[in-house]
Amino acid sequence: METKNIVLVGVGGQGTITAAKLLTTGLMEAGYDVKMSEIHGMSQRGGSVSSLVRYGDAVQSPVIETGSADIVVAFEKLEGLRSLEYLKPTGKLVVNDTEISPLSVVIGTSTYPDGILEEIKSKSDCRVMQASKMADDLGNNKVTNVILLGSVIKLMGLAEIDWESIISKNVKKQFIDLNIKALKAGMDAV
Amino acid sequence: MKKLLTGNEAVARGAWEAGVKFATAYPGTPSTEILENVATYDEIVSEWAPNEKVAVEATAGACMGGVRSLCSMKHVGLNVAADPLFTFAGLGVNAGAVIITADEPGMFSSQNEQDNRHYARHAKVCLFEPSDSQEAKDMVKEAFAVSEEYDMPVLFRMTTRVCHSKSIVACQDRQEVTDRPYEKDVKKYCPLPAFAKGMQVKLADNFKRLETYSNTTPFNYIEDNKSEIGIIGSGVAYRYAKEVFGDTASYLKIGFTYPLPMEKIAAFAKDKKTLYVFEENDPVMETEIKAAGIDCIGKEKLPTMGELTPDRIRKALFNETVETIHPNPEMILPRPPALCAGCPHRGAFYELGRRKDLMIFSDIGCYSLGLMPPYNATDAMICMGASISGGHGVQKAFDIKGDHSKKVVSVIGDSTFFHSGITSLLNVVYNKSNTLTIILDNRITGMTGHQQNPGSGYDLKGEEAPIIDIEAMVKACGIKELITIDPNNLQMTKDAIEWGLNVDGPAVIITRWPCVLKKLSSMDKDEFPTAFKQVCTVDVEKCVGCKKCLKSGCPALAFDTANKKSGILKDVCVGCGVCAQICPKQAIEVEAR
Repeated sequence: METKNIVLVGVGGQGTITAAKLLTTGLMEAGYDVKMSEIHGMSQRGGSVSSLVRYGDAVQSPVIETGSADIVVAFEKLEGLRSLEYLKPTGKLVVNDTEISPLSVVIGTSTYPDGILEEIKSKSDCRVMQASKMADDLGNNKVTNVILLGSVIKLMGLAEIDWESIISKNVKKQFIDLNIKALKAGMDAV
Repeated sequence: MKKLLTGNEAVARGAWEAGVKFATAYPGTPSTEILENVATYDEIVSEWAPNEKVAVEATAGACMGGVRSLCSMKHVGLNVAADPLFTFAGLGVNAGAVIITADEPGMFSSQNEQDNRHYARHAKVCLFEPSDSQEAKDMVKEAFAVSEEYDMPVLFRMTTRVCHSKSIVACQDRQEVTDRPYEKDVKKYCPLPAFAKGMQVKLADNFKRLETYSNTTPFNYIEDNKSEIGIIGSGVAYRYAKEVFGDTASYLKIGFTYPLPMEKIAAFAKDKKTLYVFEENDPVMETEIKAAGIDCIGKEKLPTMGELTPDRIRKALFNETVETIHPNPEMILPRPPALCAGCPHRGAFYELGRRKDLMIFSDIGCYSLGLMPPYNATDAMICMGASISGGHGVQKAFDIKGDHSKKVVSVIGDSTFFHSGITSLLNVVYNKSNTLTIILDNRITGMTGHQQNPGSGYDLKGEEAPIIDIEAMVKACGIKELITIDPNNLQMTKDAIEWGLNVDGPAVIITRWPCVLKKLSSMDKDEFPTAFKQVCTVDVEKCVGCKKCLKSGCPALAFDTANKKSGILKDVCVGCGVCAQICPKQAIEVEAR
């Protein structure tokens, strides 16, 4: 099979790396060759973060080039807009309808742009998710990432993999049920 | 057993499988997680060293003492450790020793982009370069065997992509390696000139043998696709080339890159119409291949800076670009890193940034962000420890010129002070400087993700450790004027800076408050009982929308442009109270959570 490319983007602290870890573990256990790349360093200090996941028969490069992603999942709107460049013209974009201000907005030297979702929708095959709100409804904002992961799994046709088992093996015991619920909610939402 | 591992995790696994018993490092992106993972193995004594020179020396000693030993560092760390490296090469090893350098093509979290493969040639040590996690693990094991067989420490070059990308690794059991006896042997371990001459001869002989090894090791292998296009590649650049050329080219993958397998290269090149060399950063292999009279295409077309990713290869060689979607550039705001909400550096930089009579020489750490708006405080940076010694030089120049318009302030973190600030502070005292040094003691090594250090009370294994008292250390350096403050108290910070600038001679301010992301120890909880247990709220009746609080640069603040009032994100705020002290209308209150 041709190598598939998934890009997860967000802001430091949003759980993109954890979501990518679950995703890659599931893909490996399903028998795919997998590579994932992420940039650490200063991301913990509120910078943009991205995890690049590639899977197929034999994956060479760990990076995803611009214009090559089958799917981009953005945990934050502005990061979704920024990562449009990753997307294949035929690719799908999932964007979480959440706004996190970059520093220039915080200190009042610029304003958070209006119309981001409209801009993304006009240029891509886009699904807008209320993942943060759905996570609040499930009682824990921290599972926003797993909700978004659920949507990726569905859209990439990976629902056959035993994700419940992957979650059970990789999530703290007291959060397993919550995460499984979150994953299902994400899958059902797209 | 198959596992999905980062390159750093794979190196740690390889070290464990190779029977390593001693490992040490100073943290530095992208190498940090190597030792963090090594430390998870009970069989390996694992340490954070105060700097990379100490780490290489301890590794040399441990291998001399008879156990397989490893150290790791980021690329610039090897500059610090260069002195022992060069002589260690001549001494050779008893049990095996491997030195890992993690280079940063693309400079994601570094001050330069040096190619540390040059160190292999310069110091005369052999070199491995893995291209993914499986190779990282396998090559570490092989590197120990090579180290012992050829009697030299082995250099091991990782890059950010290899360190931080995950791929599948087939894991094996730990090899039980017999410890070697230590025997006194001054001709081997004391490089006095008379003995060192013999060491040079031994090194040259071992390199001759290594040329044979390089031509025969399975880590240097040919993938023959019956093509007239030949690709010689090392590290992740080989993977990128394969992504672009697939089966349309034949490959000579070089994993053991110094000394190069010149016979294998010549044989591979023979029937190729076009020969490319893919390596990240400098034309290290290419220069040697061309010097051997073999025609090849390398850096005349391919970039020497940044990563050699497939898109850049396509653009450079074929002028091809992939069709992409372009978002409206006017809507794209950059998202640079920022000091966290509750960061104890905020108070210091807020006050430093307000003064225009300072030349601020900063150091390497999160506080490098003091350069950024809204503080715009920092003037210069070089490398670990340079804030104090570089600042000393600037102040001397100002004094020589009789220019009193600015005074030098050196700003350095606790871990960086231990790393290489101490000798710089000695210099300030000894050479009668009058700089002000601010040591930002946030009780941890913050930037690289919270590693313990000699001041934090714990070691790499998480066990309690003696605490090196920074105040006592500063006094022992000869500093007479010293004050320790709470940096979240702006008046105290402002007064301390004013005091330090007016002292006759050198002065030191220590700001002491834990990093907001640190997992507080019981000692921290006793010392800082209110830390991160509070929250700030805006009284909208009192807020006049002057935006002065935003000058704190705190990401917990959000200005409501419609109502022209400041707001605070409760989930983000930890109640440090800096914004409350800035507010001229006392509209921000600090409350218990």
